[in-house]
Amino acid sequence: MILSFQFSDITKWIHDSLSGMMSPGWTLFSEFVLAGIAMILLVVALAVILVYMERKVAGFMQLRIGPNRVGLWGSLQVFADVFKLLLKESFAPNSVDKFLFNFAPILVLAVSFMALAPISYGPGMQLWDANIGILYVTAVSSIGVIGILMAGWSSNNKYSLLGAMRSGAQIVSYELSAGLSIVAVIAMCGSLSVSEIIASQADGWWVFKGHLPIMFAFVIYVIAGTAETNRAPFDLAEAESELTAGYHTEFSGMQFGMFYLTEYINMVVISMVAATVFLGGWLPFHIFGFDAFNNIMDYIPSFVWFFGKVFFIIFLMMWFRWTFPRLRIDQLLKLEWKYLLPLSIINIVIVAFITVMGWHF
Amino acid sequence: MRSLIQYIKEVVLGFYSLIQGLMLTLKYFTRPWKNIVEQYPENRSTTINIPERFAGEVVLPHDENNRHKCTACTLCEMACPNGTIKIISATIETEDGKKKKVLDKWVYNLGMCTMCAQCIDACPQDAITMKNSFELSVYDRNQLIKVLNKPGSKLKEKES
Repeated sequence: MILSFQFSDITKWIHDSLSGMMSPGWTLFSEFVLAGIAMILLVVALAVILVYMERKVAGFMQLRIGPNRVGLWGSLQVFADVFKLLLKESFAPNSVDKFLFNFAPILVLAVSFMALAPISYGPGMQLWDANIGILYVTAVSSIGVIGILMAGWSSNNKYSLLGAMRSGAQIVSYELSAGLSIVAVIAMCGSLSVSEIIASQADGWWVFKGHLPIMFAFVIYVIAGTAETNRAPFDLAEAESELTAGYHTEFSGMQFGMFYLTEYINMVVISMVAATVFLGGWLPFHIFGFDAFNNIMDYIPSFVWFFGKVFFIIFLMMWFRWTFPRLRIDQLLKLEWKYLLPLSIINIVIVAFITVMGWHF
Repeated sequence: MRSLIQYIKEVVLGFYSLIQGLMLTLKYFTRPWKNIVEQYPENRSTTINIPERFAGEVVLPHDENNRHKCTACTLCEMACPNGTIKIISATIETEDGKKKKVLDKWVYNLGMCTMCAQCIDACPQDAITMKNSFELSVYDRNQLIKVLNKPGSKLKEKES
C-alpha cells in the first residue's frame, strides 16, 4: 500500500488510550460497544443510501423519475419514511403468538448483523479475523430463515405462512449452489479466512485468474445470492400480487421496518461476500504489466474499492429485480435443483482438477 | 440427440432473451432525462405534453359556419355500452315538402363515459371524435351532462 497511514493505527491508538484509563476487562467491553456502534452506523448509512438508490434505479429503469419531492432530488424521502414508520404503532392482531411475533423481526435483524462480523472493509479494518470467516458468514446467514418462518407461523395468517414456507424452501435450496460456488474459490485459495482470501488475490482477482470455472461460479453465486435475499425475480416469499406481503403481512410500524432493513443488510452481506471472494475485496484493480496504471489505481483508497465493488453487485441485483418477472415456485425449485446445483457440482469437480494439477495462477 | 440439441438451444435462447431485457432496462437507466413522466401541477401551463391519441372526452366538431356532420342516425347511441349518449332528434319540413329528421340535441353524459370509443367507430359520418382534453372535473354532477351541438348549428350537407 502507498499510504503509510492505516486504519489499524487508529484502532491501536483507541486501544492504547482506553487501556490507559481503565482495566483490561472494561477496555474490552468499551471496545465492543464502540465496534457495535460503528457497525450500526455503517448499516444505517448503507440502508439509507440503498433505499434511495433502489427507488431511483427503479424509477429510471421504468421511465420514471423516482422520489423527487422531499428535499433535493427526493434525497430526504428515506428519512421521511423512517420517521413515519417510527411514529406508527407496532400493531399485533389478537390471535397471533405474541412472543414469536415480537421476537421474529429482532432475530432476523440480529442474524443479518452477525453476518457482517468477519467482513474486511480495508487493510486492518475488520471486526473479527476468524480463520473460518466465510464458513461463518454462510452458516449465520441461513439462520435468518428461522426468523422468517417464525414471523410467518406466529402471524396466524395463511398468506404469511405460505410466504414463510416458500422462503424456507427457497433458502434451503439456494444455499447449496451459493455455498458450492464459494467452495470453488476456497478450493483454489486453500483458506477460509477472509483476510487470507483477500491476500491471495493481490496478483489478480479470482474472477480473472481462476479461469472460466470461477467466472461461472461467480454467475451462479450472483443468481443464488439474489434468491437468498428474497428479492425479485425470486421474491416468492413476499410476492405482493399473490400473498399481499408474504411473511410480513401482519407487521406494521418499526417491526415492518426491521424486516425492510434486514432485506437491505442481507443484500449488502451477499454483495460483500461476493466482492471479497470473487472481486478481490479491498484490493485495487491491477493489470499485469501496466505499472503506471497500477500506481494510479493504488492511490484510490481501499474502502472506496471495497464499497465500489459492493455497490456494483448491488446494482446488478437491482437491475435483475426491475427487469425480470417473478418465477413460479415450481420454476424456482426446478432452476435450482435441475440446473444450478448439477452445474455447480460439475464446476466444483473441474475446479478441483485444475487445483490439483496446479493450472491456476 | 435431437432433443439434446433442442435442450441446449432453449437454454442459450433463454439466456439471450434475459440479456435482451437487461439491455433494454440499462438503456432506459442510462437516459433518465428521456423519461415520459410529466411534472403535472407545475408544468400545466408550460411544457406539458398530452399525446394526440389520449382519449379525454367525445366532441362533435363544428366547422366555421357552425355546421356539424351528425345526421341523428343514433348508431352511436346504440353502440354505447353504458348509455352515455342520448340523441334527441327533431323532424323538420324542407322546402320541397319532405319531412326530414335532424339533430336537435346531442346529449353526452361524461360521468358515465368510459372512453371506449365505440361510438366513434360506429359513426358512419365521422361526425364525432375523441379529444385529448383533461382536467374535466366539475363540482356538480349535472354539469357533466353536456349538449355537444352548438345552438343554431346545422347539418353539413355532403358535396356530391
